[in-house]
Amino acid sequence: MSNNLRIAFRFLTARKRSMLMSLAGIIFGVGFFIVTQAQTSGFEQFFIKTILGTNGAIRIEDKFQQTMFAIAAEGHDAGASKFEVAADRSARKYIKGVEDPSLIMEALRRFKNVSGLSEVVEGGVIADSSFKNEAARVYGIRLEDHLAVSDLALQITRGSLEDFRRSQQGLLVGSKLAERLQLRVGDSLIMQSNDERRRYRVACIYETGVGDIDRIRIYMHLGEARSLLKRTSGASFIQVALFDRDRAPQDAVQMSDVLRHGAQSWQDREVSWLNAFSALQISAALTVSTIILISGLGMFNTLAMLVIEKTKEIAILRSMGYSRRDISQIFLWLGAIVLTIGTLGGWVLGASVTYAVSKWPIHITGIFTAETFQVHWSIMHYVVATLSAAVVVMTAAVIPARRAARLEPGDIIRGTSQ
Amino acid sequence: MATSSDIALRCENLHRYLGQGEGRVHVLRGVSFAARRGHVTAIVGPSGCGKSTTLYLLGLLDQPDAGTIWIREQMMSNSSDLERTAARCEHIGFVFQFHFLMQEFTALENVMMPMRKLGRLGEDEMEARARGLLTDVGLGDKGHRLTTQLSGGEQQRVAIARALANQPAIILADEPTGNLDVKNSAVIFDLLTRLAKENGQAVVLVTHNPDIANRCDEIKPMRDGEFC
Repeated sequence: MSNNLRIAFRFLTARKRSMLMSLAGIIFGVGFFIVTQAQTSGFEQFFIKTILGTNGAIRIEDKFQQTMFAIAAEGHDAGASKFEVAADRSARKYIKGVEDPSLIMEALRRFKNVSGLSEVVEGGVIADSSFKNEAARVYGIRLEDHLAVSDLALQITRGSLEDFRRSQQGLLVGSKLAERLQLRVGDSLIMQSNDERRRYRVACIYETGVGDIDRIRIYMHLGEARSLLKRTSGASFIQVALFDRDRAPQDAVQMSDVLRHGAQSWQDREVSWLNAFSALQISAALTVSTIILISGLGMFNTLAMLVIEKTKEIAILRSMGYSRRDISQIFLWLGAIVLTIGTLGGWVLGASVTYAVSKWPIHITGIFTAETFQVHWSIMHYVVATLSAAVVVMTAAVIPARRAARLEPGDIIRGTSQ
Repeated sequence: MATSSDIALRCENLHRYLGQGEGRVHVLRGVSFAARRGHVTAIVGPSGCGKSTTLYLLGLLDQPDAGTIWIREQMMSNSSDLERTAARCEHIGFVFQFHFLMQEFTALENVMMPMRKLGRLGEDEMEARARGLLTDVGLGDKGHRLTTQLSGGEQQRVAIARALANQPAIILADEPTGNLDVKNSAVIFDLLTRLAKENGQAVVLVTHNPDIANRCDEIKPMRDGEFC
């Protein structure tokens, strides 16, 4: 152990009570910073998982045609010529749906980041049970394809996917819709679209947790949906799953340019919710950082008092050959010791409370369904909390340390030190 | 006659002003002085005559406004703060009137503190030397005690052991017995002079006590910032 560190350790005991108060502040500040970040990002991650598990990472929909081009031409220059055509993104004419889904899917498979594709035909229907009728949206899917781009298999709450797979008349009904129509697995349901009325059977009830989906969406086999909605060809959209979800915006731009279809990433689709989560996270971080800041002020006060109390000791050390840098280091070590103990304590407190909170029962429905507080374990929360505490505590230690280093031993011993 | 190798410390024509503006006082008015190895010099004089100021200048704790200071033939009066700090560590041991021990440390740790800074010895060697010094000052069995658990005389003996820790060429003592009773004063003075003479160290002490001064090898009376 370095000698200056050894001296700093002993000086710590000189103002035990105020040091402990500063230490407690840093422990609580770091701990609560970690807990709030774990919670806010936990709910954000849960929301992202939910929306990726229902609507996929990218949705390819609506073919477009460019209506305006910017044309640039350069004249002859030593035998070379140049002619450029640049598409204007704002000047597009959209044609609803995907005209040739097989062709588009074939092209999509060439993107390295694509892990799954599902062609979907969507349309509005009236769902008529023996109890009442409700407006609903039918999603015609190929089950195996759709399972590869969603968490549908995990979202089944009643019934068996096997029943749906075997029966062409099978339906997957959202939990909220099933509740409204008082449907149970095995019940029949009449679906009405245009003049067509057909009877189907509820094979499964699913729950995504997203109220807007569970209240309206009914999955059925693609062929049946085409027949019911009278769409013999094409698709409403293609749902795309990715290996790396964070690359969705770049992939969507590339897909749109190559395929000449609108492509929307999950980040664009859910931008308002994601912004709300970010704002919440920043707000929580700022609020909790005030605890660290106040502890830093306490730390500054404690160290400043310690410098005044220890002027004689500083003079002794200087008379023994300890340099100004040594004296400064001793007080910086004091800050570093409190920071280290405070940070480690904060980590333990943060991790313990995060774990306890993750077991806390709550019932959230709406944008997702959760039965407990959602937490996200990330080393970054610990790193950012530590950096915040380090900046505050070490800044608080620097000024008293510099003041201590500036003291003149002769003045102190002579008794005229200010 | 003293040869230059006998001289551990010397100064020439030291001037020092203290205070500012109208309160500025010319405390030292051309002090010249030399301290020989194995020799005890007492600086005596009335309060405010500049004894302690001279001692702090000689100990490189303060800087003169004019004049020169040599420590072992190396001129220190115009050296940097870092050089003066290193010289204090290696060549000078201080004993103050109020012992100035570090209260959070044991007697043994206080004695080891200058050695730790100098860094010439390993941990075991430092501890052995510190124990030896504490034994020399009669505190061999009290090394583990915090300094607050020692009497005033014992604390001053720890301060002497600490001043001797790095085997400095010069011991500077500012009223080392000023805070002690007669019996303890004699013990401390004997101890300081015996150990310094054994090790060939130059001792310069400031005192008001005529009994102590009379037992020194040389007395330098001071008045109004000058040696008489």
